[in-house]
Amino acid sequence: MLKLEKRPEPSRLWTAITPVIAVLATMVFGGLLFAALGKDPFVAIRTIFYDPLFSEFAWFYRPQLLIKGAPLILIAIGLSLGFRAGIWNIGAEGQYIVGAICGAGVGLAFYPAESWFIFPAMIIAGAVGGFLWAMIPALLKTRFGTNEILVSLMLVYVAEQLLASMSLGLLKNPDGFGFPGSRNLQHYPSAHNAEIISGWGIHWGVVAAFIAVIFAYVLLARHVLGFQIKLTGESPRAAKFAGVNPTRLVVVCLGLSGALAGLAGLFEVSGPAGQISIDFNVGYGFTAIIVAFLGRLHPVGILLAGLLMALTYIGGEIAQSNLGLPSAAIQAFQGMLLFFLLAVDVLTNFKIKFRNERVA
Amino acid sequence: MNLKSLLASAAVALTTAGAAYADDPTKVGFVYVGPVGDGGWTYEHNIGRLAVEEEFGDKVETVFVENVPEGADAERVMTQMALEGADLIFTTSFGYMDPTINVAAKFPNVKFEHATGYKRADNVSTYSARFYEGRAVQGHIAGKMTKTNKVGYIASFPIPEVIRGINSAYLHASKVNPDVEFNIVWVYTWFDPTKEADAAKALIEQGADVILQHTDSTAPQAAAQEAGNVITFGQASDMAEYGPFPRVSSIIDNWSPYYIDRTRAVMDGTWESVDTWDGISTGMVGIGEITDAVPADVKAEALAMVEAMRAGEYHPFTGPINKQDGSAWLADGEVSEDGPLLGMNFYIEGVTGDIPQ
Repeated sequence: MLKLEKRPEPSRLWTAITPVIAVLATMVFGGLLFAALGKDPFVAIRTIFYDPLFSEFAWFYRPQLLIKGAPLILIAIGLSLGFRAGIWNIGAEGQYIVGAICGAGVGLAFYPAESWFIFPAMIIAGAVGGFLWAMIPALLKTRFGTNEILVSLMLVYVAEQLLASMSLGLLKNPDGFGFPGSRNLQHYPSAHNAEIISGWGIHWGVVAAFIAVIFAYVLLARHVLGFQIKLTGESPRAAKFAGVNPTRLVVVCLGLSGALAGLAGLFEVSGPAGQISIDFNVGYGFTAIIVAFLGRLHPVGILLAGLLMALTYIGGEIAQSNLGLPSAAIQAFQGMLLFFLLAVDVLTNFKIKFRNERVA
Repeated sequence: MNLKSLLASAAVALTTAGAAYADDPTKVGFVYVGPVGDGGWTYEHNIGRLAVEEEFGDKVETVFVENVPEGADAERVMTQMALEGADLIFTTSFGYMDPTINVAAKFPNVKFEHATGYKRADNVSTYSARFYEGRAVQGHIAGKMTKTNKVGYIASFPIPEVIRGINSAYLHASKVNPDVEFNIVWVYTWFDPTKEADAAKALIEQGADVILQHTDSTAPQAAAQEAGNVITFGQASDMAEYGPFPRVSSIIDNWSPYYIDRTRAVMDGTWESVDTWDGISTGMVGIGEITDAVPADVKAEALAMVEAMRAGEYHPFTGPINKQDGSAWLADGEVSEDGPLLGMNFYIEGVTGDIPQ
């Protein structure tokens, strides 16, 4: 018989290697799933993990990893700060949408004027939009003690309605023959978040994601706020005695994650997506939650996890197209990754003991 | 010329060189917005893909990616297909319009076909179907069969195609039943069984005994079946499993002939950029079997209308028709041109409510 015994503190070794075990287990069981669908599991796994990086067309896929991964990393970094302190912002998707609307709105307000300050103004508007949207659950929690999980999640659906309304009304392209959707910012040079070096996939959102990783690392390792965040997460009582102001911490954590999600939305709408449309949001805000946990809420871990998640998306598309795998199989595959991560997570906090060992 | 376009053209040169071999099959890619098992829109596009395979056998290879979000992801999927040697790519949702144009500009030798859009290029065609012809038939049956005089309409997005459908259905329902009322619910999705079911149930609770849907799942059919006294029409696909009641007829998107034609044109080298808008006459719009749940005389009238449209003798938008605000749109006997239909952003007289802004 197996018995779980709680470790006095989480094992450092297991914290580091559980993501690797989870990825390996996903490969094995994902391979079985693909085999059950009648596909060669080795070819499928190779197509998903190897082809985007090293195949004939890797020169196209590698930059795409940055484009797909950047918003995930940017959002997940913000979320991880709150998650570490036990503040659960589940509504990054909504903050992402509102950031995109505000940023694009500022850009479109200047159309067709060209000036250097338009894009910086859009960046500020995007961050502020996401920040303010996150302030709703933050203030409700600090003032009235509401649950931030529910409020932030519900606000996603409000944001989606706002997005639809903007696509059909205020921001609708006047030259669009009545079809929904804003002007395409890719055709508006002052507002276009173009690649900084053509063909490398590095747009300003990618730069912002890297800066966020470094910023979060320094914050957690060196800054008193980082200390307060970690302390609150590990022991709220101790944090109180240490003089941490919980209200301030809630506002800061939700505000930061909202602003970063808003930035991600702005960089996406002004670059890869190009326009505000009804289906602009594709779930980055939710996927980022997986990325944050896959990366163990650690900035460097999140960077790697974001790129890994992007890899499964891009590799998954190649597998669909080249091998005829259904998209549901790819989604199940990604779900397995989170499942195994959470499952092996037990080993971080618990030791496995055999009963006979104890008896003896 | 920057690095990216240089590499892209190099890749294009490679793929076109490959296509020159006689034995090399023509590769046709399909980008789908929903799952192939949605039972509606994407399902029918996939039937078209299978028809292309059936028609050309070894001479063609088809690939598809389903559930592709509109935007940057669509652009990546199309680029990936083009890189992997696709000669012709069908992009089957309105939201793929700008991505299709972007990718097409990078691959001048690959042909693109975008469904329901309005932007074309030398290597980008657009195609769509005159679904409003089918809506006219539905409106007629709905107007005749409703007992509560309330028709529920599950609308997806307030774009011209959907508004056209509402107007066409209302026009023909009110022609045979002046007391009929349309209750329109906007769900802002093409495919979301939960939302569609909720909308259908709400409409039925409000007294609707006919449900028309411009969304792709069979959830409204199931809701009507549960209610027991409500009729529905299959959308995009026949949805025959819900016949003979509640589903009494359907609009079927039949893309197969078009897909086969366009694939052949690529093989023959005769492909040109065109704008296709076909209806019942070419078979792109099919009317699914009208079941015996419909009274025989109504069925006969509906079939006569279908025949008239097939022969080109009847156009659903034939005046006199006024706009919602009472201003004149079409004079007596005047037939609408395609322009106003393609950009339709107004309700006709009698439809209540506002188009969402």
